[in-house]
Amino acid sequence: MSTPSILTNLTKGEAYKKAMAMGADAVIKELQASELRGRGGAGFPTGLKWKFTREAAGDKKFVVCNADEGELGTFKDRKLLLEHAHKMFEGMAIAAYVLGAKDAYLYLRWEYHFMKADIEKAMAEMHALCPEVHFHLNFGGGAYVCGEESALIESIEGKRGEPRNKPPYPVTSGLFECPTIINNVETFCCIPHILLEGAAGFASVGTPKSKGPKLFSISGDVKKPGVYEFPMGISLRRVLAAVEAEDTQFVLVGGSGGRIACAEKCLDRNLSFEDLPPGGSIIVLGKKRNLISALRSVMDFFVEESCGQCVPCREGCYRMLHFVEKMEKGEKVSRKELDRFLELGTTMQTSSKCGLGQSASNVFVSMLDYFEKEMVKIQN
Amino acid sequence: MSETPKNAEILSRYGQDRDNLMPILHEINNTRGYISEQDMQEIACHLNISATDVYGTATFYSYLNTEPKGKYVIRLCKSLSCDMAGKEKIAAALEAAAGCAFGKTSADNRFTLEYGNCMGWCDLGPAMLVNHDVHTQLTPDKAKEILSQLK
Repeated sequence: MSTPSILTNLTKGEAYKKAMAMGADAVIKELQASELRGRGGAGFPTGLKWKFTREAAGDKKFVVCNADEGELGTFKDRKLLLEHAHKMFEGMAIAAYVLGAKDAYLYLRWEYHFMKADIEKAMAEMHALCPEVHFHLNFGGGAYVCGEESALIESIEGKRGEPRNKPPYPVTSGLFECPTIINNVETFCCIPHILLEGAAGFASVGTPKSKGPKLFSISGDVKKPGVYEFPMGISLRRVLAAVEAEDTQFVLVGGSGGRIACAEKCLDRNLSFEDLPPGGSIIVLGKKRNLISALRSVMDFFVEESCGQCVPCREGCYRMLHFVEKMEKGEKVSRKELDRFLELGTTMQTSSKCGLGQSASNVFVSMLDYFEKEMVKIQN
Repeated sequence: MSETPKNAEILSRYGQDRDNLMPILHEINNTRGYISEQDMQEIACHLNISATDVYGTATFYSYLNTEPKGKYVIRLCKSLSCDMAGKEKIAAALEAAAGCAFGKTSADNRFTLEYGNCMGWCDLGPAMLVNHDVHTQLTPDKAKEILSQLK
């Protein structure tokens, strides 16, 4: 069996035809057999999401593709949108078929306006092959939080991109309060491959809880930055070797809301839902990089991108940035003060309303975990 | 810019449901450069929602302009990878070439300089957007050259 890949060529429209021949329930069974989990970061089992949405009560249902790729260090969807957009649209069409939905929305980040003409062309082509499905193209407005699925849905509805309370989840109440399948670009691109090449092939690589090939966006202090496809579960050591990372100090895995992996201790850890987050963003920082500047850059990002709706995230990010600035100036801090900020980190993780706030303190907490001595002068 | 379409013409092409708001805001922003308070009131009438609701939505999105900006809005990526790739030097070159500081518009209203967050070009940083166009692997000279081509 050859190594599965989602970057190989497929004949346009074949997977959609096959899905119709198989029937909706068989499509869901095949996805469940592939053990595909959402490629946007959260990793919810795709087959199960589709099953819940199909079974949800309601005459009107929708499909939404999240192309609001805004995570720090992520650009893998850019490659898919530019080179494999038809697979994404076909995946969306198959989802629409499974739901009996007529409308499928692509929410594209503002920054990708430059690809509008190409996307519209691919959209028209797929509409010709899947005439039952009407595709819509919606643009974002430069808000990172709209990558959060319920904020994205609010944005399509013409509102501020503020995340909703959950439950209810989009599977029962999503776009226009109707059951909605919302998946990431990469997830939709996996669908035609799984249907045409078989679930067994897709699931032939990976770890017990993370199957299939995965795209990674790799940048920073490496000789060969770019988009790479590896099987789930690849070790950090192999990833760094492939991109020719030099003199690595630590790796930021999973973007602004991810965690750091220090080069000395973590090279044999792997990228999977069981270990280091496999969302796709990998930023490598060499030994010459200043730890605190990197952390300030991440906290500054969150202060700007927090939607401001809930207190732990809005206030927490702001206070944390100020504390990092204090560290940057080399001011002494007491053990008590540092512990209070680590506690604030936990509070933000447990009490913020959405994934943005829940993950905003991850880098702070994980950096201090590894590098406290290098970063802070403790005054007793 | 008298040749740009009037609100009545733009609004007549959209339905009156709320989900038309973002496409309307985008169209006005993209054709006229920004969305004025007068525009917001007219949009509110068309969609039968309050003007403050339109204002609240428009101002939520950092790339929708709610005040006049330069003909070319330049957004330099300041996120981690582009920062590491040398965005500071590019920022200095852009300020020199545009004749204004970041956060400001040049006296001739040609350029507005702003920072943006991750634009998805981390492998080819430093990167910037000029309106919708992307420029990557910038050097100070390249940045100056790009601005000199924009009339």
